[in-house]
Amino acid sequence: MSSFWSIWISVLTLGTLVGCYLLLRMCLKNFAGVKEGESMGHEFDGIEELNNPLPKWWSTFFLITIIWGFGYLLLYPGLGQWQGLFGWKSSNQGILSLEESKAKVAQAKEQGLLVEYDREMAAADERFGPIFTAYAQRSIEDLAKDGDALKVGQRLFLQNCSQCHGSDARGTTGFPDLTDKDWLYGGSPDVIKASIMHGRKANGMMAWETAVGGEQGVKEVAAYVLSLSGREVNPEHAKAGQTKFAMCTACHGAEGKGSLAMGIPLGAPNLTDNTWLYGGSQKAVEESIRNGRAGVMPPWADILGEEKVHVISAYVYSLSQN
Amino acid sequence: MSQSNTSAVDYNMTVVRQFTVMTVIWGFVGTLVGVLIAAQLIWPALNFDTPWLTYSRLRPLHTNAVIFAFGTSALFATSYYVVQRTCKTTLFGGSLASFTFWGWQAVIVAAAITLPLGYTSSKEYAELEWPIDILIAVVWVSYAIVFFGTLIKRKTSHIYVANWFFGGFIITVAVLHIGNSMVIPVSMMKSYSLYSGAIDAMMQWWYGHNAVGFLLTAGFLGMMYYFVPKQAERPVYSYRLSIVHFWALVSLYIWAGPHHLHYTALPDWAQSVGMVMSVVLFLPSWGGMINGIMTLSGAWHKLRHDPILRFLIVSLSFYGMSTFEGPMMAIKSVNALSHYTDWTVGHVHSGALGWVAMVSIGAMYHLIPILFNQGRMYSIRLINVHFWMHTAGIVLYIVAMWISGVMQGLMWRAVNTDGTLTYSFVESLTASYPFYFMRFLGGALVVAGFVIMIYNMFKTIRAEDRSLERVEAGQEAMA
Repeated sequence: MSSFWSIWISVLTLGTLVGCYLLLRMCLKNFAGVKEGESMGHEFDGIEELNNPLPKWWSTFFLITIIWGFGYLLLYPGLGQWQGLFGWKSSNQGILSLEESKAKVAQAKEQGLLVEYDREMAAADERFGPIFTAYAQRSIEDLAKDGDALKVGQRLFLQNCSQCHGSDARGTTGFPDLTDKDWLYGGSPDVIKASIMHGRKANGMMAWETAVGGEQGVKEVAAYVLSLSGREVNPEHAKAGQTKFAMCTACHGAEGKGSLAMGIPLGAPNLTDNTWLYGGSQKAVEESIRNGRAGVMPPWADILGEEKVHVISAYVYSLSQN
Repeated sequence: MSQSNTSAVDYNMTVVRQFTVMTVIWGFVGTLVGVLIAAQLIWPALNFDTPWLTYSRLRPLHTNAVIFAFGTSALFATSYYVVQRTCKTTLFGGSLASFTFWGWQAVIVAAAITLPLGYTSSKEYAELEWPIDILIAVVWVSYAIVFFGTLIKRKTSHIYVANWFFGGFIITVAVLHIGNSMVIPVSMMKSYSLYSGAIDAMMQWWYGHNAVGFLLTAGFLGMMYYFVPKQAERPVYSYRLSIVHFWALVSLYIWAGPHHLHYTALPDWAQSVGMVMSVVLFLPSWGGMINGIMTLSGAWHKLRHDPILRFLIVSLSFYGMSTFEGPMMAIKSVNALSHYTDWTVGHVHSGALGWVAMVSIGAMYHLIPILFNQGRMYSIRLINVHFWMHTAGIVLYIVAMWISGVMQGLMWRAVNTDGTLTYSFVESLTASYPFYFMRFLGGALVVAGFVIMIYNMFKTIRAEDRSLERVEAGQEAMA
């Protein structure tokens, strides 16, 4: 903030409070020219006004809040660049990256600034950190058998993951079901943890409309794909689609069993199991072929930290173990 | 202190009549939409699977209808009436007053069409798109010309306190509306704000809170300053109190917006200043309540018989309650609990249903017989029934939202021994359902009250001229 704006803010803020005080002082005195309790002598459509004094409790209380206002602005940031005697800040505002955030936290510590957010995070780490450090020493398979650990994992899941994957983790259109055994990237504990830590960005189901020969091609490929799950389709379309499916095999495999079946974690789904990430209606499958799909799982390493991700991984792993 | 309607001055009462009738009708419509969306929160199927009736589109319709259709029509009606009577002169500007009526109704109709269709600027209480915003600005400037023109040509030596408040609200709302609605249009019905990021948020809440502070507070204090002394037939309690609380109120309110943005990307200094001004605002707000209630000194017994006075005085009690609650909620540590919960919704409605609606309803019951050449409303007993229904409705509503709000705040912040949150969001939602039902009942009572008011109003309007005679104190219950 430039000093111009700092002065601007301070003058207007203090001016308003001082103005209120002067106004109060003026009205405490009887300047009206008539005795207290008597009519002011004007009349408006039959309404008169009395010259009663301000109630004492009211003016006292008003004065107290004004004084409190000055006090607050002395202790806390408010008057432009003035940081307040407490050196208090709500957070490291204006940061643009994680690195910058870390640098700001260190800098605030050095300068003895009381940054509320940092302080609360540090207090939480200190108090709850050991619980998660203990969990982190154990394997995910081990934690998946520990009822208490699973409860912790479930709560973290509900707060951080359920918005997309659902409270019951059974997913919704575009967001995978985590309770079945159908995995895009793999369901082993380590792979689950990697998916959560670093996120997943679908390598790109491209838009195929042009490549497969327009709308008719889209219909044909869709028919073939649906037939892989044993669905009833137009046999001629499916036959024509099978030829065009050659283009899809690079990711989905020759049999359409997905990239994982080929041992490559591309995220290309198995098309033969009648499990559909983006819906299994003919319309939805056609849409996937026509315009492609681009799902994103965000990385959680920086948000939750590895120890918490470890516990969530155990919870997610446990969901498909029965 | 007589209720005399006859006067040498040829007042423009046509526009007052028009706005008065529309106030009552919009009050019913606005609260009816409110009850529908309250019901949708319990039974989501009530959107009937149509996009036009979804909560997201009807909620702005409800807020616009009660603030700009009901509340603002009431302000137009009463300010036009009061400024003429207290300045002893007819409205300035000839047919400009009539233009403000038809222009404002056009704005309301445009809102009622475009909001359900999904046209929105997405700014709260300023959702209407730019062509409608321009119409609002034109109507509002015309309103200012009529109002201030009338003040300038007044036949009285001083300007009555009610007109200070009306004038203050008219000027400020013009500045707020034009400032916040600055956009870059990209098509006839789509535009983007001229401001970005935290500045846009600050502009929005500078506008948003002062829509409350000036339109819904200062404007209605103007109404109070005329109709309370008039209905009570008592002088205003303290002239000096009205001076200090008017100037302190208008100079402090304009700062209070940042308290809507505590703990956000808004810089700390702005949050602090907004909080300090909001707290200091507490006593100036109460100045109006004291001046209104103390005006009843020596006339308290009138409350026993006069349901119109009851509306006015209870409105001041709700005003006092919500202007205590507001500064308290503006304190950061209280806000940390209350923000984003139903507590805010309860606070708004204790102001909107308790203060704004009750003072307007009282003023309308006072005005309707005068405007339509009658000595009283068709049925004073029905006014009393309306009073109790409205009051019971508000109490149910506010209590439900207080409990639900505080409960939500506590549930959201509850943590387990491992530091994880105890409740997921949906659990707090499930816990809120009984209170949503209670709120729905409260709202339904308020709407039913408006139905009674509409009936009473039309019976009064259609009665033969001067056939409804004024009854003296103590006899009202018979009417």
